[in-house]
Amino acid sequence: MMQGERRTLIKGLAFISPWLVGFLAFTLIPAGLSFYYSLCDYSLLQPPAFVGLDNYRQLWNDPIFWLSLRKTGYYASVALPVGLLIALSGALLLNSNVRGVSIYRTILYLPSLVPLVASAMLWLWLFNSKLGLINITLRALGIDEPPGWLTDPTWAMPALILMSFWGVGNTVVIFLAGLQDVPRDLYEAAEIDGASRFGQLIHVTLPVLSPVIFFNLIIAIIGSLQVFGAPFIMTGGGPARATYFYTMYLYDHAFTFLNMGYASALAWVQLLIVLTLTGVAFWSSKRWVHYQGK
Amino acid sequence: MHRNRSNWLIHVVLVILGAAALMPFLWMLGTSLKAPESAMAFPPQFIPDPMRPQTYAQVLLSPKADFLLWTRNTLIVAVLGVSGTVISSALVAYGFSRIRFKGRGVLFAIMLGTMMIPFPVMMVSLFAIFRWMGDVTGEPWLGTFKPLWVPAWFGSAFNIFLLRQFFMTIPEELSEAARIDGCSELGIFFRVILPLAKPALVVVALFSFMGVWNDFLGPLVYLQRPEQFTLALGLQNFQSQHGGTNWPQLMAASVMVILPVLMLFFLAQRTFIEGISTTGIKG
Repeated sequence: MMQGERRTLIKGLAFISPWLVGFLAFTLIPAGLSFYYSLCDYSLLQPPAFVGLDNYRQLWNDPIFWLSLRKTGYYASVALPVGLLIALSGALLLNSNVRGVSIYRTILYLPSLVPLVASAMLWLWLFNSKLGLINITLRALGIDEPPGWLTDPTWAMPALILMSFWGVGNTVVIFLAGLQDVPRDLYEAAEIDGASRFGQLIHVTLPVLSPVIFFNLIIAIIGSLQVFGAPFIMTGGGPARATYFYTMYLYDHAFTFLNMGYASALAWVQLLIVLTLTGVAFWSSKRWVHYQGK
Repeated sequence: MHRNRSNWLIHVVLVILGAAALMPFLWMLGTSLKAPESAMAFPPQFIPDPMRPQTYAQVLLSPKADFLLWTRNTLIVAVLGVSGTVISSALVAYGFSRIRFKGRGVLFAIMLGTMMIPFPVMMVSLFAIFRWMGDVTGEPWLGTFKPLWVPAWFGSAFNIFLLRQFFMTIPEELSEAARIDGCSELGIFFRVILPLAKPALVVVALFSFMGVWNDFLGPLVYLQRPEQFTLALGLQNFQSQHGGTNWPQLMAASVMVILPVLMLFFLAQRTFIEGISTTGIKG
């Protein structure tokens, strides 16, 4: 290595050293540690005792593990695609140049600013089966016996999914920024070729927007697999475990039952699921994500 | 003619969506101003009669919840955390954007990769690490604010990424000119880059403030006694586990948790939106 190169290296490492230390202390070591714990019987009160793959074997035969996985899958498979679709449609509408569009943009963004705990409290009240705004509206529309929402095992999960759509504002803003980067001449060319508005959407807007769709998809995958706060506050996982999400099961093992070893095994399985799904998304992106020019 | 009709349709859809976005806010505000009996009244009142703004005072002075103390706690964590993440993330972002050292690309990719690790995955071992740090330093870390703000001083991947994107847009010639004038790398960082990067630093500060203000799982895991709670954690105390929740109080408390965030947003709306767009687009 040349003298100058080494000096640059030292300088570079010095600048990024806060992150390097933090990466070691708060990511790499915890990750290794949690892998080690996942191979141990560890209750916090006593030092960890190595048990090999026992935790993972137990996991495989644990009905609650599968249940929490199913609940999370149910939530993600509806909330994620529908949420992205709503956000994209909203962004397309907000990208038109109708009058007052900036006011609409602000209004539709506001809900995503609300802290999770506050929105959980608010929706708890909105979903209240007797006095909540939602059932009052449904009754006014002629539905005499609206669902009990959070107190009904069938409707609790749809309620949480519905609530998640209220907070899609961030995704809308990212889509909107992407839409404003679509070159105008592409639309003009499509119009000359006789493409309809719908044709322009399919053949111009969506392909150009695909990197942004991909970005939002990745964020949504990671987010929907770690849902915790809303069900923890609003339903406690119930009724009858109808909203017992994976992360709640992990939390319970770690901090309620003090099974840190088992919780760590759950954590590693969660990490593998996140990595697999984002991996599949990256792999599939070669077919449908188009990067312009660069 | 055709265009007018479709514009009209867009307006209708946007009004419906806007109403769906706003109604929950109005309902919350309305409830917070009602007397407990009229919140439970049937048929429901849409505009509270009589108005009872006293509920807000009750919440602030409530015996079952120390709203003001929790606000103070949240602000302490926010000030320590936000200043830490702004300073450290800026330093790291400078290294990643302006110094061409060997291995930079790989390290940067690793850093981006860490953004994909969900916090729950690390929760257990971080808890163990902070417990251990308490043993080593002789005073406990768990049950204090330290686990909530100390990590912020080691940069956060999201903020580093955001700042790096911004630093890349600053012309290299400016650094070169300062270097010829005998400025050190640290001098360039402080005197050339930071002053130009003020808007981006504000975005990072805003986002991290919101992050602290909204964080629920972190305080839930690390804090134990009610005197240490942050607002997000304490808000639960207004909710009764056995039914009989005082809805006006709970809604008034929620309004007061939301209000500062909304005010910040309206003060810095442009900065905000630009920040979100930058992270999403300019990858």
